[in-house]
Amino acid sequence: MKKQLLVAAIENGTVIDHIPAEKLFAVVNLLHLESMKTAVTIGYNLQSEGMGTKSIIKMADKFFTDEELNQLAVICPNLTLCIIRDYEIVEKRTVCLPDELRGIVRCTNPKCITNNEPMRTHFHLHGSNALKCHYCNTVVSLDDVRLVERP
Amino acid sequence: MEKENAPHSHSARPNSLVTIADHSREKIEYLIQMAQEFERHPNRRLLEGRIVATLFFEPSTRTRLSFETAANRLGARVIGFADPKVTSGTKGETLKDTIMMVSNYADIIVMRHYLEGAARYASEIAPVPIVNAGDGANQHPSQTMLDLYTIYQTQGTLDNLDIYLVGDLKYGRTVHSMLTAMHHFHPTFHFIAPEELAMPEMYKQFCREHGIRYVEHTEFNADVISGADILYMTRVQRERFTDLMEYERVKDRYLLKLGMLSKARPNMKILHPLPRVNEIEYSIDENPHAYYFEQARNGLYTRQALLCDALGITLDDVRNDKTLIEN
Repeated sequence: MKKQLLVAAIENGTVIDHIPAEKLFAVVNLLHLESMKTAVTIGYNLQSEGMGTKSIIKMADKFFTDEELNQLAVICPNLTLCIIRDYEIVEKRTVCLPDELRGIVRCTNPKCITNNEPMRTHFHLHGSNALKCHYCNTVVSLDDVRLVERP
Repeated sequence: MEKENAPHSHSARPNSLVTIADHSREKIEYLIQMAQEFERHPNRRLLEGRIVATLFFEPSTRTRLSFETAANRLGARVIGFADPKVTSGTKGETLKDTIMMVSNYADIIVMRHYLEGAARYASEIAPVPIVNAGDGANQHPSQTMLDLYTIYQTQGTLDNLDIYLVGDLKYGRTVHSMLTAMHHFHPTFHFIAPEELAMPEMYKQFCREHGIRYVEHTEFNADVISGADILYMTRVQRERFTDLMEYERVKDRYLLKLGMLSKARPNMKILHPLPRVNEIEYSIDENPHAYYFEQARNGLYTRQALLCDALGITLDDVRNDKTLIEN
């Protein structure tokens, strides 16, 4: 039987494919999808030959800046994005962890000022697999990253 | 440990002092030269008309008195609080609001805070310079500057010294800051500590990355310290141990006794950030190697230099200063 996509194609917009299934809701939060006004299709626990299960998000008429998309690298370092125009993939992109992250990641140090003051967190990339808090210098491995909780 | 440059909107004011890691070798030497001027003539009217705020969100009598003396001896007036219980922080006021309010009154803010990163944050939001007088377990740059000044004063140089760090090297903020600051000067470090309080791996990695030689010891005796130019003692605190049996086993192994100085180099000086409990035998106080009280006095001169530097007063201004008050 021919395999079919379980989600419909979009005319224009952005498709994020190959999201590890368990990371889907973190991606949804990070991209603020709940506030989008255009159609968003979310596939969760889809079969994937390479990954076992995966998630996919299709956002109609939505295009992100590099800065917005690169934030995704914090939770999914090897994500692929497709930019769709007139039902065709016009650009494929992989996310790249930026040198600085503001307001995305939470510091793991409970005595860090960012956990005790209404302010944005700020991290610098530290080596290839860690972030360093701009304020308290705590180094957080990317494997242990926790995202800032949004109100 | 290196800091990357933040964009302008989030940058600390150029004259704020948050961490010694922001300072180059040249800047450290410049501040030492300025402190030497204040050692020659501590009493001046250089800061007359200025107001220094000392905000101690965590009590620290020694550091506060040192900063306030530095300000007073330069003719500044001092406002602030020594006891966080009297501040609006206890009513739920944010640090930002306190800093913005005090910035309306003072030309510079000296700040001690129990939260790590508080000084960096304050320096990004305050319209006046911030001098970090300690932020939790993070940074205490004025202590580091007075340590460096004392090393220079006793050795005549900061270059190529054998520096022995003893005691709590795991949690000791002063030894970490010194290690970071001394990387400009090609030292050889000796780390003498019980295993539970050994120098953390990240600082050993920092040494390797910067070509700093280091040797680790768990024994502490006359032979081990015979090669030291500087013997920097710290306190082994009971509350740092998860295993109290281990504390009982090692607590007396890191006490400096008079007899251990028999093989010391003539130029060797014993430093300690104070307060001391029992880690340096009291009979050593009279020994020519003891230098911790002079070290504490140097806190005055180095803090005078740090206040002036933060307020935009240059070494030339200090050298050409006509406001000296002769005693």
